[in-house]
Amino acid sequence: MEYLYFLYIDFLHKYNLPEFIGMATFPLLPFCMVAAALILVVLFLVLMERKVLAFFTQRKGPNRVGPWGLFQTIADAIKLLCKENITPTGAEKFMFNLAPLLAFVPVMVVWGLIPFSSEFDFMSYSVSALLFMTIASIPTLGILLAGYASNNKYSLIGSFRSVAQAISYELPLVFVLVSIVVLASSLNLRQIVLAQISVYPFCGWFIFPAFLGFLIFFICATAELNRCPFDLPEAESELVSGYNTEYSGMKFAFFFLAEYAMMFIMCAFMATLFLGGFLSPFGFYLSERFIHNDLLAQVLVYFEQVFWLFLKTFFLIFCMMLVRATLPRLKSNQLMGFAWKVLLPLSFLNLFFICCYKYFIYAK
Amino acid sequence: MTKNRLKINIGPQHPSTHGVLRLVLELEGEIIKSCEPVIGYLHRGMEKMAENRTYLQYLPIVDRIDYLSGFFNSFAYCNAVENLAQIEVSKRSQYIRVLTMEMNRLSSHLLWLGTFLLDMGATSPLFYTFRDREVILSLFEELTGQRLMYNYYTFGGLRHDVSDDWLDKVGDFVKIMPKKIQDYEDIITNNPIFTTRTKNIGVLSKNSTLQYSITGPNLRATGIRVDYRNSKQETGNKEHNSHGLGYLVYPELDFEIPTAKTGDSFDRYKVRVEEMKVCLKLISQCIDWLKSNTGEIISPIKQHLLKVPEGEFISNVEAPRGVCSCYVKSDGSGNPYRVKWRTGSFYAVQILPKLLENTFYPDLMAIFGSLDVILPEVDR
Repeated sequence: MEYLYFLYIDFLHKYNLPEFIGMATFPLLPFCMVAAALILVVLFLVLMERKVLAFFTQRKGPNRVGPWGLFQTIADAIKLLCKENITPTGAEKFMFNLAPLLAFVPVMVVWGLIPFSSEFDFMSYSVSALLFMTIASIPTLGILLAGYASNNKYSLIGSFRSVAQAISYELPLVFVLVSIVVLASSLNLRQIVLAQISVYPFCGWFIFPAFLGFLIFFICATAELNRCPFDLPEAESELVSGYNTEYSGMKFAFFFLAEYAMMFIMCAFMATLFLGGFLSPFGFYLSERFIHNDLLAQVLVYFEQVFWLFLKTFFLIFCMMLVRATLPRLKSNQLMGFAWKVLLPLSFLNLFFICCYKYFIYAK
Repeated sequence: MTKNRLKINIGPQHPSTHGVLRLVLELEGEIIKSCEPVIGYLHRGMEKMAENRTYLQYLPIVDRIDYLSGFFNSFAYCNAVENLAQIEVSKRSQYIRVLTMEMNRLSSHLLWLGTFLLDMGATSPLFYTFRDREVILSLFEELTGQRLMYNYYTFGGLRHDVSDDWLDKVGDFVKIMPKKIQDYEDIITNNPIFTTRTKNIGVLSKNSTLQYSITGPNLRATGIRVDYRNSKQETGNKEHNSHGLGYLVYPELDFEIPTAKTGDSFDRYKVRVEEMKVCLKLISQCIDWLKSNTGEIISPIKQHLLKVPEGEFISNVEAPRGVCSCYVKSDGSGNPYRVKWRTGSFYAVQILPKLLENTFYPDLMAIFGSLDVILPEVDR
């Protein structure tokens, strides 16, 4: 990071720009890169979801725009951009416009917290895991505002459900996170990944001691993301489209983007906590083994680490899509009962087990 | 209306009302306190239409009463007119009528299964069931030229005979279908989310089904074995209309009538799935008979000049959504004097306020979907 910073300052010097401009703009650069990467990922993700669902239901999915339907999402995005922004009469105008931003911006911030490789994480704090959970729960506020400001009864019910769901599912989520923190003895996400390095390949991954925790986390993450079978806030057959019924055009696109981006980030977070993040599953990096030029290998390792992280993330996303294609929707009272009566006690059990494991086995 | 209640309109344009039903709900939190169905958005005056048309001119219209099971309406009307005019229907055309009607029942149940699960939030089964329904519709298209509004039956028989080639295709379909139904059962019946959402939800008691004249699979799910295809009845209720039991060649065929016990949403699902299997059984029996027997399919009468002697007749058919009755009164002229339809969905909508009271809002879909209501049949 330091090295890149000096390169950037040097680059500015060539054009006779003072150093303080470099100091002010440098932190923005990685953010721009991250944002651009995220939007590209989301474009691909939407296509992937449609293709995967089509595969499960014996259809072809999008295949008209571009080869293999690759430009379908781009076409959809252009359509959304060109649409008129409608604010319904009787809507709370300020809050109605604020809600999509509230749902979208925290997602962008959270994205920077994920460690992509052992060197480059754009924001690294000693408490980044906690920060992740905190910021990731803000979009719920946006959903609540959207439902409240829309002046639509379906939206209102949808946003009520969303808040109730977010509150009850965040608790087991955090308790599982605590068990991982206990295992890694750190709240820093990069440290959590590095703690999963072991002598044997992939045996140190936290999914093995905390398999129960992984299951709980996966279920809770699905619920946090409002995805099937926990998609009550936008239950199509009951609430038309839930909190975003009244939204159209770019404002709807913000909700849509936030939803898919959050899905990707949640899965990346899960991969970081349980599946060894950017670590290679072979115990060594392919580029280190096969490329004998040391400098080149070192650079390639970083890319390889990003690749491993993305691979694990996409595997988890595929699992979520599989769930979506298979299960019907839960009922709201079932949903609450499941979170408080089943998942929360299980997450305590998981934490207890992990503490014992850490005390008796892992520490020795 | 009390202060804490939220009045909410479901429909007439809503993704899960299967047409244009409007439900006015009063919610307290997520609990439905009252429900008022509003019907009539699809009223086309089917009964009045009959009075200024000849018997034959009215025939294509009856298919549109329930667009998912056109053959049943068509048969109910044809049967009434045939009985009034005393036209004989040959054995072969009776068998073909049974064959097509059972295929139609299967396609109707398949569509119901897909949309029911779609209402519950599962998207995939819809595509699977539509895939299989598509096969049936293609076969119907080949036979009648139409996919939904068949207009295939005429007074005294059928428009034309079926070919052996077509029968072979149906035979192939019947062979693969049991495995598909097994697949649906694997993915749905034992799914814990599905069972907890449907078991003990929307329980219809034996008494209330009889009070509200609920028929068809909804009635059989409560344990009452009433089916107009069967010639022996165990209604336990003497007032129950038992006219026209065991119509067509059903008494010659071997089939059982599936029933369940509690009458909740899950039982209604189960009964319909079992009925799909029965349909397959009946279809294969019909194919066997049709392949080994030949005969005339239509009586030599002048369809377009048909004059029906004075009298009245009511014909009952076991349609996929309950008993479909057609009452025809003739004054001896070329036009019917009065035609009255009685369809199953209408009565299922009627019981909704009673069933939905004090249930959760998401249960609305599990209950309403399981009743298998279709709106053109309600409004006519």
